Amino acid sequence: MWRDLFQRHGALIVLAAVVVAAGAGLDGFLTAGNLDNVAVGASFLAVIALGMTFVIVTGGIDLSVGTVFALAGVLAAWASQYGSAAALLVPLVVCGAIGALNGALIARAGLAPFIVTLASMLGSLGLMLAVSREGTVTHLVPDGLALTPLVHGRLLGLVGHPVLLVVVLFAAGGVVLGRTRWGQYVYAVGGNEQSAALMGVPVGGVKAAVYTLSGLCAGLAGTLNAVWLGSGVTIFGIGTELEAIAAVVIGGTLLTGGYGFVAGTLAGVLLLKVVQNVINAVGGLSSAYQEVVSGLFLVVVVLAQKWLSRPGAAAPTAPHGPSGPARTGAP
Amino acid sequence: MTGPVERGPAVLGARGVTRRFPGVLALDRVDFEVLPGEVHALVGENGAGKSTLIKLLTGVYRPDGGGLEYLGAPVRFAGPLRAQRAGIATIYQEVNLLPLLSVARNLFLGREPRRFGLIDFARMHREAREALSGYGVHVDVRRPLRELSMGARQMVALARAVGSDARVVIMDEPTSSLEPREVETLFEVIGTLRERGIGVVYVSHRLDELYRICDRVTVLRDGRVVHTGAMAELERLRLISLMLGRDVADVAGEGVTTFSGEHTEVSSEPVLEAADLAARHRLHGVSLRIRPGEVVGLGGLLGSGRTETAQAIAGALPLDSGRVSVLGVPVRRRSTAAAIAAGIGMLTEDRKHEGIVPGSSVRENIALAALPRLSRFGLVSERRVDRVVRVFMERLRIKAVGPEQKVEELSGGNQQKVLLARWLALEPRVLLLDEPTRGIDVGAKAEVQRLVDELAAEGLGVLLISSDLEELVEGADRVLVLKDGAVVGELSGGEVTERALMAVIAGEPVTAAGERAGDGAPAVRGGEEVR
Repeated sequence: MWRDLFQRHGALIVLAAVVVAAGAGLDGFLTAGNLDNVAVGASFLAVIALGMTFVIVTGGIDLSVGTVFALAGVLAAWASQYGSAAALLVPLVVCGAIGALNGALIARAGLAPFIVTLASMLGSLGLMLAVSREGTVTHLVPDGLALTPLVHGRLLGLVGHPVLLVVVLFAAGGVVLGRTRWGQYVYAVGGNEQSAALMGVPVGGVKAAVYTLSGLCAGLAGTLNAVWLGSGVTIFGIGTELEAIAAVVIGGTLLTGGYGFVAGTLAGVLLLKVVQNVINAVGGLSSAYQEVVSGLFLVVVVLAQKWLSRPGAAAPTAPHGPSGPARTGAP
Repeated sequence: MTGPVERGPAVLGARGVTRRFPGVLALDRVDFEVLPGEVHALVGENGAGKSTLIKLLTGVYRPDGGGLEYLGAPVRFAGPLRAQRAGIATIYQEVNLLPLLSVARNLFLGREPRRFGLIDFARMHREAREALSGYGVHVDVRRPLRELSMGARQMVALARAVGSDARVVIMDEPTSSLEPREVETLFEVIGTLRERGIGVVYVSHRLDELYRICDRVTVLRDGRVVHTGAMAELERLRLISLMLGRDVADVAGEGVTTFSGEHTEVSSEPVLEAADLAARHRLHGVSLRIRPGEVVGLGGLLGSGRTETAQAIAGALPLDSGRVSVLGVPVRRRSTAAAIAAGIGMLTEDRKHEGIVPGSSVRENIALAALPRLSRFGLVSERRVDRVVRVFMERLRIKAVGPEQKVEELSGGNQQKVLLARWLALEPRVLLLDEPTRGIDVGAKAEVQRLVDELAAEGLGVLLISSDLEELVEGADRVLVLKDGAVVGELSGGEVTERALMAVIAGEPVTAAGERAGDGAPAVRGGEEVR
């Protein structure tokens, strides 16, 4: 019971502890302005991490989301000259297509997710450089774009729209993963592909879908980010894939697949961003230390996961030996 | 057991199905049918085609020739999912469920009760509890499956398969990881299936189980059906002879192996002694001794614990209890390295995966295990490696262009010799040979057999595992027969005949003196057969 609790809510518990400690120790941490800063800053990463959660629950990985995020930003800024609809649709279609291509190569051709998404990471980097003329052109979002006030708006003057969107997306993601049949399939694929196939799960379809979803999430995040910033910045987002993976894992999702929750991912994202905020707030500490702390967190979480799953660990992994009655019949 | 409640035309049948794999005819015009309400045993040794047939019946493979009939009409399944949906349920021997998901989710995956498109967990949990209680499993269905015992998991798999309106249930070695109590529950469930008119295909090597619950039996051998009929009318000995392909009346003739059949025993002090080897579900107190110069055979059906015994001796199988000693010195640590250091070498059954390094040369493959001995201060002495490689290539008559030829380019027999050379380079005291001649051509087979003879003559202790009865009879001085992980008989000297072996495997205990503890099976006195 204890183990479950910690695996599920570990990130949330630590997050609460950090917030309480920072609130007590740092002036200005618990102000509305600062918390809003953290929340909005976390929202773009959160959207990426949401898609990543689905991918990692299937036992896969998507390394392309960082550059896809950046590509989406550049595409959105470029397309914004043709209006809001173009600014939204162009990056979503392109990024969805990249995700679908990832999915197709992984699901149909059986290639390793690591390699496929590494390739599409490089591919989308090139695409982004092409759109920005080798990075020499920074496309600006024109003033008066209909999308801009939507992104910058606030509900009741309090909650920023990106934050609101994250809440809605995560609620939807939680329902899809936890309460729909398709969500069960996602877990099943990550639990054991072969078993899942024998149990009637459309493994290929599920895989193709999660990578497409991941591409779409990264595309959406990049688009919103560009509108938020008012331009498509080429270097923004490179390396975000690692942050997203870290958030997902810190949130209790097993990298080996078959286990995880979107709520945990949200807690993981917030934890990373709060720590970043705290370090920035502590005078004199370089923001570079934030990466160090994030790295440490990740190691601690993975160690904790390993340790927590230790007593029952014998059960899920290969209860049968290498030979014996397992082999029967023709090849 | 009592007859089925209802019998009609076959619920599922294969009509003259043929299936080829590159270089192998796995199934050759096989006819097979399951009637409603019958439990049909499907038996055969390794490579007989059982797995292929099951995969054809369950839509994993499609036949190259012939076809399937289901519920009286020809059918072609596009995949396992289609077969499953149509009502053909399969329980695989390794439970194919998802350990991290809850018991209920495993049970209902793909057919969860839903309300407004979302899963109705309350109802799912209630139904899961109800369904499982019918299988004697009373657990919290919300907990992850991995917290259940193997037996309980098997029951979940069964409940899952049968729950989906199955008309046919195919069980592949369902009892291989079950406790006796769980086996009883399984048999009760099978009884219920039979009463419901479901056809059951039951694959097992445990003869006692087959005779207890099966109505009919089909024996496969080398991809062909060699017998179909009522289970009770097939004598055990006859069943064994059908499976192994050795005719009871026809085993007295001189064999074609090249074993000399005589080995000089240098001394009576055992070179290897293994006592009370026990591993859960697999070995139940196996003991054996091998004297220098002796070839001890291990016989028994597939899954009887032969390979496991060898692995246990070689330190490759975790044991619950048991001792292994070489020349009276106990092997303390249970690891392959400790076993090798003690002088135990093991030639595995699976040459490709557990033995050769295919892309490396003959020289590298031979020297691999012996490198520590051939090096000084961590540096490999090329001269010593060359010498060892030359010696063994000559001695084992390894046919290769030269020591630098890649092992993958050699024939199976020569690959086997390279592996043998690798072990011999370590100067072992005991060699464990698991199916040393499987899959190699006749000529190479003869050479390997001759080598085994020579090695024994030089004082090595040899444990020979073989499914080939002839090989055991002619190669071994003494044969231990295993069944369900325990030694059920020992034959030595003149007692070692194919017929006697089959009798012991069939479960007619034959003591060394040729006495039997009768159990109602046909009388065959194992000890009397002298060639």
